[in-house]
Amino acid sequence: MSHSISLTVNGARHDVTLEDARVTLLDLLRERLQMPGTKKGCDRGQCGACTVLVDGRRVNSCLTLAVTVDDSDIVTIEGLAEGDSLHPVQTAFIEHDGFQCGYCTPGQIMSAVGLIAEGHAGDDLERIREGMSGNICRCSAYKGIAEAVQDAARRMAADEERKSA
Amino acid sequence: MRAFDYTRPASIEEAVAAWTPGAAYLGGGTNLVDLMKTGAMGPAKLIDLTCLPGLDAIEVKGDGSTRIGALVRNSDLAHNRDFAARFPMVAEAILAGASAQLRNAATVGGNLVQHTRCPFFQDGISACNRRDPGIGCDAIGGDTGSMAVLGWSQSCIATHPSDFAVPLAALDAVIEIAGPNGSREVPMAEFHRLPGDTPEKETALEPGEIVTAIRLPAEAAAFAAHSRYLKLRERTSFAFALVSAAAALVIEDGRIAAARLALGAVAAKPWRVAGAEALMVGEPPSPELFARAATAAMEGAMPSGDNAHKIELARRTAARALARAAAGTPAEMPALPASVFGDPAHA
Repeated sequence: MSHSISLTVNGARHDVTLEDARVTLLDLLRERLQMPGTKKGCDRGQCGACTVLVDGRRVNSCLTLAVTVDDSDIVTIEGLAEGDSLHPVQTAFIEHDGFQCGYCTPGQIMSAVGLIAEGHAGDDLERIREGMSGNICRCSAYKGIAEAVQDAARRMAADEERKSA
Repeated sequence: MRAFDYTRPASIEEAVAAWTPGAAYLGGGTNLVDLMKTGAMGPAKLIDLTCLPGLDAIEVKGDGSTRIGALVRNSDLAHNRDFAARFPMVAEAILAGASAQLRNAATVGGNLVQHTRCPFFQDGISACNRRDPGIGCDAIGGDTGSMAVLGWSQSCIATHPSDFAVPLAALDAVIEIAGPNGSREVPMAEFHRLPGDTPEKETALEPGEIVTAIRLPAEAAAFAAHSRYLKLRERTSFAFALVSAAAALVIEDGRIAAARLALGAVAAKPWRVAGAEALMVGEPPSPELFARAATAAMEGAMPSGDNAHKIELARRTAARALARAAAGTPAEMPALPASVFGDPAHA
């Protein structure tokens, strides 16, 4: 039984026919839509490398069946920068050395974007660490990651204030 | 993963009608899809419930009860300000479970029907009576650190992994169910089942039935000023409980007027003992009283392997949760919910 779905990824509409309902959103992105930025780590929802935003919420794309995201709006790491202008979270990860090997980084960054949008952690380092616990970094760059998220949260809050002033 | 048919019904009636033996209902998928990957589960058909209308609201009803639709996502419930103010230990328990990504996807109904994290069940290969009735139990004699110390049987020694279910049990939640034979309600105390000789029957749900809502009675909100969830785990975040406790008190004129205590990760269901609660009523809060209540709550505990330490750990966790509850619900959610760390004012 094949399933036709339609979804938006980073602003572009995609109509996809799934021959098999077993395809995860992660595999759809990487293998059908040629967007390998989203990484496959554990493939079991334990490492966070596959984190993307679905309708603005961060989720594990490895545990999300593609057939269930019909009509959804997806944002992946490929959708954050505007041309050569990096997203503030991307900039902060570079400035704070928030990675070593880089494999978990797309998931870390997408998770951080989700965390900041949720607004429950503010710029409190303890709450940021807790809010980022779904993203494992085996190089253990956690100190830089937490500081990068804190810095990005501050910068984005200041930008918001400037815009609304 | 085994191949399956997929269907997305538009109403509860359609969903129930779509059910056939071997089918499974799909919510957020955070547990089911994982188990389908390991091979522990292989449904022939997935019935996606996430588009059913009317099941994603949190409402206070005319009788003062609070009704949580089964499709409310865990994170949305925990961060709902009104809900968290009325039922702080429920919010704290949810935020102590899983990761933000999983809480964003997981539904509250799915949380209740999630399966044990017993590794011998999950791997799809080991002998497991819960997965393949009658085949045996490889957990017995295995690594039993996460296994039960209460209510287990020779068929199964697994625990229920939900944090959310523990305060729900303490607060006398009621589970609303729809199915082929109509709608009914089951008290939380009867929803999860102890293994006995039929560990494969994990809940009170009959074949084809769906959890549609969780209701907290009006009197559950009376505990808001003194209720805490405390969870011991191998790391501070994103880990299942070794043991946990939900403790809630009503304190009037320096004495306990009402008490609730439920323990998590010690059995195949949240563990609640009426006598442990009753002995606190009328007494002033004290460490000695809470130790006695905790001991009463763990009465009859027996190691199911090399896990006798869990009995003492659970006693201490229950007593400490009661002491935290007596100290008062914190004005804001702790940075590390339900943790022994980072909460000095309520240590």
